[in-house]
Amino acid sequence: MAGYVIQRCLQAVVVMFVMSVIVFVGVYAIGNPMEVLIPLDAPQDVRELIIARFGLDRPLWEQYLVFIGNVAQGDFGRSFVYATPVLDLILSRLPATLELTLAAVFGATFIGVPLGIWAGYRPDAVSSKTIMGLSILGFSVPTFWVGLILILTFAVSLGWLPAGGRGPTVTVFGIEWSFLTPEGLSHLLLPAVNLSLFKLAMMIRLARAGTREVLLTDTIKFARAAGLSEGTIVMRHVLKLIAVPIVTVFGLELGSTLAFAVVTETIFSWPGLGKLIIDSITSLDRPVMVAYLILVALLFVTINLVIDLTYAALDPRISRGAAS
Amino acid sequence: MNAPLLEVEGLRTHFFTRAGVVKAVDGVSFALAPGEILGLVGESGSGKSVTGFSLLGLIDPPGRIVDGSVRLEGEELVGMPTRALRRLRGRRIAMVFQDPMMTLNPVLSIGTQMSLAIRAHDAVSDKAARERSAAVLARVGIPDARARLDAFPHEFSGGMRQRVAIAIAMAHSPAVIVADEPTTALDVSIQAQILFEMRELARESGTALVWISHDLATVSSLAERILVMYAGRIVEEGATATVLRDPRHPYTRGLLDSLPATAEPGRPLNQIPGTTPSLLALPPGCPFAPRCAHASGSCREDPPRRAAAGRAYRCHHPLERVA
Ligand SMILES: Nc1ncnc2c1ncn2[C@@H]1O[C@H](COP(=O)(O)OP(=O)(O)OP(=O)(O)O)[C@@H](O)[C@H]1O
Ligand code: SF4
Ligand SMILES: [Mg+2]
Repeated sequence: MAGYVIQRCLQAVVVMFVMSVIVFVGVYAIGNPMEVLIPLDAPQDVRELIIARFGLDRPLWEQYLVFIGNVAQGDFGRSFVYATPVLDLILSRLPATLELTLAAVFGATFIGVPLGIWAGYRPDAVSSKTIMGLSILGFSVPTFWVGLILILTFAVSLGWLPAGGRGPTVTVFGIEWSFLTPEGLSHLLLPAVNLSLFKLAMMIRLARAGTREVLLTDTIKFARAAGLSEGTIVMRHVLKLIAVPIVTVFGLELGSTLAFAVVTETIFSWPGLGKLIIDSITSLDRPVMVAYLILVALLFVTINLVIDLTYAALDPRISRGAAS
Repeated sequence: MNAPLLEVEGLRTHFFTRAGVVKAVDGVSFALAPGEILGLVGESGSGKSVTGFSLLGLIDPPGRIVDGSVRLEGEELVGMPTRALRRLRGRRIAMVFQDPMMTLNPVLSIGTQMSLAIRAHDAVSDKAARERSAAVLARVGIPDARARLDAFPHEFSGGMRQRVAIAIAMAHSPAVIVADEPTTALDVSIQAQILFEMRELARESGTALVWISHDLATVSSLAERILVMYAGRIVEEGATATVLRDPRHPYTRGLLDSLPATAEPGRPLNQIPGTTPSLLALPPGCPFAPRCAHASGSCREDPPRRAAAGRAYRCHHPLERVA
């Protein structure tokens, strides 16, 4: 097991290195921020002074090395636009996105998996067909449209829930959270539902497909032949057998939603990372983009690592197979 | 013979597939005495496994027991509510499957799977279930059983896995175990060992066995009586020695002639010509007719079951007794 962990960690380091190069080159190619930042009528010598101050006159590889050197010391640079350290900027937006993402992904999983198992267990029941019909809807209707409908229905027409914003927050461990007050929770509800519908549909289909497949195996037939109750079979056998794909999707969804909840955050004016990255792209705020994308890459690498280690815990064949 | 433990009468299990109705079991009747070992032989696809699963009510859709009766210790199992049936499975009637690689759950430890089987019927503590698991595993010949409770199936060889499956089937000392080719997937060297062990275990605990196999040689070394199955029906039955010495049904004769032991050395084995017919839309009459050297016009009619002196067969032109 230890060998397996070390091997996976080394892989992660290599991936991070490659990603940082790609991000750096990619963002460089998007456009020159100086075109946006420096007034067009600025005199040439001022222009060159500014460019030199940001180190943009040096060759790309040198810029990269300087950047990596700074990152190694925990410095991701300063935003061109806000003039504050990029890391502070990102960390200040993270809690909002984090609680939205966790609410959406956990909600989708804890509701979707039981519904999917049921639909796989009783494929011909009316309830199962209804569940599957709704999951197709969840897949095919665009997020922004559902978001608008949710706002129109629950905020505008019925007036039950706020239309946007984060509402009042409570500070715990120096971080602001919405979900700790009823008011904040009511602000969280609509965007979380909006964000979770697609994931809910995916979890339902994943759990259903897994359950149907597993139920046909000799393992389940043998468990039935031993007289296990259907409840025990589902809770002890089926759940564990379908866990691997569900954990994978759970992890990847967690990552991609943290990184790219852009549409929902925009519709609900949720002050999270998604809004930050959109703003930084329009203003070509290069340090924010680079730091953001590298942190996202780090997030995915970490999540993949955790998923792999979870597999090893869920399926004893994986870790021991890899170790031998 | 003692009062029958298990009585099967006119059992019909059909699969309602898109292509049509597959009559996998079509009118099977037999009885099993306490402690008896009964062999069920036939080629692949003749309906042996479906018969076995039907006994435990383990037929999944699109299959269904459409007719007949299965009585275990006087209780009718066909049509019994699922809950009541579940309380009998594993406790009074258990089953061991063909492929031990597929039957155990790869992601649960051996101890957990044993405990689940024990606690399915007995409300005992986790600890007590583990104790009992270790004891049963030791009984089926797993060395160092207690230490191996935390092992996972992939750490066991095929033979060891099948022993675990047998232990699960034996956990409640059932009256009947249906053994569906439990040695077919194993190395030849292990086959005989498991065969022997299972017979001993059954003898010790007074458990009756329905031993399913496509291999007449295996069954004849084990079973006191055999049923020969063809295309979903029992075509011949009787005491093993009698049937082997003096088969009345041409199909049984064919099975016997195709055994390596009966063939002359150096000559190809006498395989029965043709293959098992599709059980989908079987034409009327004797299903063996297309492969039978003795077939005649009357074989277009279903042969009736003829029984006498503890044996029975279904053939219009039974083979003559060899003197
Ligand atoms: N789920 C199913 N759907 C449709 N047909 C089925 C199904 N299960 C079994 N059958 C059919 O029932 C027939 C009998 O199958 P069964 O598995 O009982 O054969 P068997 O005698 O056990 O053969 P083998 O020696 O290969 O195990 C076969 O023709 C098979 O195609
Ligand atoms: S009934 Fe006819 S076809 Fe069938 S086994 Fe007997 S002789 Fe052959
Ligand atoms: Mg079979």
